[in-house]
Amino acid sequence: MRVASVLDLVGNTPLVEISQLSPNPNVRIFAKLEGQNPTGSLKDRVAKFMIEAAEADGSLKPGQTILEPSSGNTGIALALVASIRGYQLKVVIPDAVSRERIELLEAFGAEIIYSPGNLGTNGSVAMAKQVAAEHRDWFMPFQYENEHNPRAHYETTAPEIIHDLPDVDAFVAGLGTGGTLTGVGRRLKEHNPAVRIIAAAPHPGDMVQGLRSLEEGYIPPVFDETVLDGRIVIDSETSFKVTRDLTRKAGIFSGISAGASVRAAQRAAERMGSGKIVTLLADGGWKYLSTGLWTRSYQDVIEDVGEKLWW
Amino acid sequence: MVVKVQVTSVIQKAVDGQREFDAEGTTVAELIENINSRYPDFRSQIADENGVLHRFVNIYLNDEDIRYLSGKDTTVSSGDTVSFLPALAGGC
Repeated sequence: MRVASVLDLVGNTPLVEISQLSPNPNVRIFAKLEGQNPTGSLKDRVAKFMIEAAEADGSLKPGQTILEPSSGNTGIALALVASIRGYQLKVVIPDAVSRERIELLEAFGAEIIYSPGNLGTNGSVAMAKQVAAEHRDWFMPFQYENEHNPRAHYETTAPEIIHDLPDVDAFVAGLGTGGTLTGVGRRLKEHNPAVRIIAAAPHPGDMVQGLRSLEEGYIPPVFDETVLDGRIVIDSETSFKVTRDLTRKAGIFSGISAGASVRAAQRAAERMGSGKIVTLLADGGWKYLSTGLWTRSYQDVIEDVGEKLWW
Repeated sequence: MVVKVQVTSVIQKAVDGQREFDAEGTTVAELIENINSRYPDFRSQIADENGVLHRFVNIYLNDEDIRYLSGKDTTVSSGDTVSFLPALAGGC
């Protein structure tokens, strides 16, 4: 395979059967390995789409500085695109993310602005908006509101699934910005209105201490909740356990949200008589090695890094 | 039906600082009524004056969002856990 740029390697990820992890012998489960993208996550699709769209409509000009809030994957993906296209990138990131994410961002030349870890992603969104207001000449793609985020999945991820598994019955993915569920969900429902779209949501646990009331909650504007047919909440320990199962039983080395996505697929499989489920594994396991997840007890991992962000 | 109720930190002040307690009810709506009769500040934390749930609260029966079951009419059984959790953006 010969390509002109690493950006040509974004997408066209494999769909691997992992039915050994299905609790129902009549339900087959297939995993879409987004860790196979150049920077190791599904966000390469979103970064490429958002930047190309901004270049096309003139909102991003040569040499301009790009700013984005991200807990890691989007920032790293934007850093790749920015380095190839000649932009300076600044990423607002909660200071509770794993060390590997910071090192990857720095490797690709991004500048890091830390937001308070106890405020989670909401905190980095708030800080990025403040910084953007102070630097009006910077361009902020802002994945939470940018229609090209779900569009990337509508145009690329979903058609790949339809090509590889036309009779898919259900699609399961982790809920972050909601871009994946919205974009893939819309396209799959056009293909077959009976397809069920299920979100795996991280249990907020104690990561919400900075929240003063529920009215400070946040639902990203790109997330179209009407596309969902179910939402399953998954706690950290369950995510860890299934992530490890993926490695030991299916040979797939994935990130922690992938464990949650597979767990939600297993719950859907329990409810179905028969059928085929696609579950999207958002990233590979490399960025999580420092947690010791694959070698230590779950309780030790939770005690050590319980305050880190996984998604 | 006695079910276990878990609430997120921002609601705990309305329920004597508890993170988890038992409550009775056969549906989620009835459960909320019964919790509110014990802790009168509870409902205002999760719903407006007309009883409509705040957009940013997610109620789960065990691990499933009740919006996609039968909403507040979702039936609950002994041994179930009902959680009141905030809607937050995940990391991305």
